[in-house]
Amino acid sequence: MAHHIVDDLSIVIAGQAGQGIQSVAHLLAHVLKLQGFHVFATAEYMSRVRGGINSTTIRISNEKRDAFRSTIDLFVSLDARSFAFYKHRFTENTMFLGFRDDAFCEDCVMEVNFASIAQSIGGIVYANTVSAGAILGLIGADEKHAREFLRNFFVKKGKEVIAKNQEALSRGFKMGTHFAFSHDVHVAIKAKEAVKDDLFMSGIDAVGFGALAAGVDFCASYPMSPGTGLLTFLAQHSKECRMVVEQATDEIEAVNMALGASYAGARSIVTTSGGGFDLMCESVSLAGMIETPITFHIGQRPGPSTGLPTRTAQEDLDLVLYAGHGEFMRAIFAPGTPLQAYALTAHALDVADKYQIPTFVLTDQYFVDALHKVEKNDFVEQNNAKHIVETSRDYKRYALSENGISDRGVPGFGDGLVRVDSDEHDEDGRITEDTRGLRMRMMDKRLFKRRELLESCMIMPEVSGKKSAKNLVVCWGSTRNTVLEAVENLCDKEYAVVHFTQLFPLDKKKIKKIFAKAGKVIVVENNATGQFANLLKKECDVTADKNILKWNGEPFSVEELIVQIK
Amino acid sequence: MIGSAHIKKNFTVPASVDCQWCPGCGNFPILQTIKNVLQEKDLAPQDVTLVSGIGQAAKLPQYIECNYFNGLHGRALPVATGVKIANPSQTVIVTSGDGDVYGEGGNHLIHAIRRNPNITVIVHNNMIYGLTKGQASPTTAEGTVTPTQPYGVIDSPINPIALAISLDAPFVARANAGDPLVAQKIISQAIDHKGFSLVDIFQPCVVFNKINTYQWFKDHTYYMEEDRDVTDRTEAFRHATETDRLPLGIFYAHTRRKTFEESVDFYKTDRQPMYLRGINCAIRNALIASQK
Repeated sequence: MAHHIVDDLSIVIAGQAGQGIQSVAHLLAHVLKLQGFHVFATAEYMSRVRGGINSTTIRISNEKRDAFRSTIDLFVSLDARSFAFYKHRFTENTMFLGFRDDAFCEDCVMEVNFASIAQSIGGIVYANTVSAGAILGLIGADEKHAREFLRNFFVKKGKEVIAKNQEALSRGFKMGTHFAFSHDVHVAIKAKEAVKDDLFMSGIDAVGFGALAAGVDFCASYPMSPGTGLLTFLAQHSKECRMVVEQATDEIEAVNMALGASYAGARSIVTTSGGGFDLMCESVSLAGMIETPITFHIGQRPGPSTGLPTRTAQEDLDLVLYAGHGEFMRAIFAPGTPLQAYALTAHALDVADKYQIPTFVLTDQYFVDALHKVEKNDFVEQNNAKHIVETSRDYKRYALSENGISDRGVPGFGDGLVRVDSDEHDEDGRITEDTRGLRMRMMDKRLFKRRELLESCMIMPEVSGKKSAKNLVVCWGSTRNTVLEAVENLCDKEYAVVHFTQLFPLDKKKIKKIFAKAGKVIVVENNATGQFANLLKKECDVTADKNILKWNGEPFSVEELIVQIK
Repeated sequence: MIGSAHIKKNFTVPASVDCQWCPGCGNFPILQTIKNVLQEKDLAPQDVTLVSGIGQAAKLPQYIECNYFNGLHGRALPVATGVKIANPSQTVIVTSGDGDVYGEGGNHLIHAIRRNPNITVIVHNNMIYGLTKGQASPTTAEGTVTPTQPYGVIDSPINPIALAISLDAPFVARANAGDPLVAQKIISQAIDHKGFSLVDIFQPCVVFNKINTYQWFKDHTYYMEEDRDVTDRTEAFRHATETDRLPLGIFYAHTRRKTFEESVDFYKTDRQPMYLRGINCAIRNALIASQK
């Protein structure tokens, strides 16, 4: 059977944890980008260090297509057991490389034992490089780029490691080329010169760069997938960027250290996932009460409880929306692209400082682990002013003002004293039980006046497609690109996409306007209860006519959305 | 409304501030002692930050004219650590109770000692919960009858001194609120000592603890000899586990450990607090550009 692929190729590499799948994916993605292809990669894995079955999907395309495709064109197995896990993604055109499973098309199987070839070169460690070579040979990539990449990648490991890896690459490459010839496989995706200089970035790196752009001084966090990536990123860059990044003993310690640092004038961020954030909720309330800025990055994963620790979900919007006892203001953001993650993380940190409230950046496993190609020049400067004043002798931390925001002083900067109190307090930060006067004024300041301010600077959703389209497909955060591609595939001008990156607060008037003429509102979410659809109804009186929900731990695929939206 | 127009170096708050403690409370001598120490050191109120959790002891910062962060129950230590790391030139003192530091925040105590910020932690140890009206605290004696332990406390009390020594805390001491002159000396040394300093201070609760009174603390304590070798950990342990009469004074003091602030690379060359630091855009841009 001939395989002629002209615009979009989806490769899945599957095997056990510890077999180096991520290394193969890393090598392939970078080499293919250097060759001028648009590349997008997403990983899924089991919650274990060794064994199990993990995979990475790499998508190569003519145009930028940063979304998860379920259909597999080329399936590369480093482990015989992997077939059963992915058979729902095979089609009659899927090509197989690696281990063989007779249940599938014999004609398009290149049976290779990567491990035995690797042994003949010098060790099993080279197996993944053999497989990478075979893939590159099969799709007709330029071997030169790959050899060069290997040389740079292993430069610190010495000449022998480089040479053996290059040999492994060649052996695989020859087999791949031969298979392509014998099975009439022809990949003719057009390379583009401009792509070569683009950057590669995971979702979590983009969040990290946003934090750096905003001038983060302090991060304390406790490791928890998929939030850990930001802690690692900031720790790795702490020296050169002059930050203090501390692994806390638990989430309660993390958030309280961050609040202490923030009170003393640091820009502070913490990162976690839903379960870890549960432990921080009391301090969200504290931040609201003492009007001390803090930003939370929450990488969502499926719960309840430990749930599916390494899978994806959008289940914690309600948690973040209602976290903490009492009533106070907060702002919640959710990026759908690396560039949005960069700008929104910086924005969340700035909003926290400027309005002296807790702010949230909601991502998920699918988003933080996905590798995107981005343009360097898109990373523009972000606001990093700390909104701190030098205090005078008569300084009052909670001075009542017209717009509800008091000047933020910090200890030791100026002649004033800075008192913050978790009890209801007066303008000077001292405990009060004046229920008829101060309590009312302080609530007005913390809740109502801030809400007005935050609504007035709301980031409006992005509308893609005809504004007057009859059907509006609503999504938020990480589902953006998948929804966009699915709707594009419908080729129907009566469908447009509304993607929200600011989830709270919502400006009712402006949002209602977008939906005023919509015939049908379809809300797509990676959860079981339609959390954002419920919020839209409650806050803006916009009713979803249809909810497309998925809560099994997997991201939406373009293919399933095409079917479900229509 | 209270004005702070006259910040006095004697750390005295305006007379209009309403004190929420009971008459005769053991917190009063502790308050006066801390004020005396701050005056004696000639510190500017702007350069002192008091951090507390929740409870009657945790209200102490309200009554001293300086910066304060009165946060959540049990969480004073991580907050204090955060303040110190963001601005190492602040003198950071935690003043909270036994329920707050040893109970709700017990885990934080362990790990704050491991992290070793240069802060002073003064624990008002009245061996009872005062604000919630008389329940057992982590330091209440076994068998004590309370409204929520009607058949007597079954848990054995925590030994904070032995715990701190086991974690190699740089400064571990115990004082008695009934003897403010010595307490002042001990707290003064604790503040001067580099690294994490713990001062457990016996504090009579005149309303809810009818056992551990001023007189009881007087009868059941003694001062350790001053010319002991306070760097000797084994000796410190031995004193810490005495139960017959409880030792007062400095159990353990050493400077063998690096502080949290000292472990931060940039503070070695530049002591500027975080609020004055800007970002280096060039470094960040180079990092972004390197993501090929």
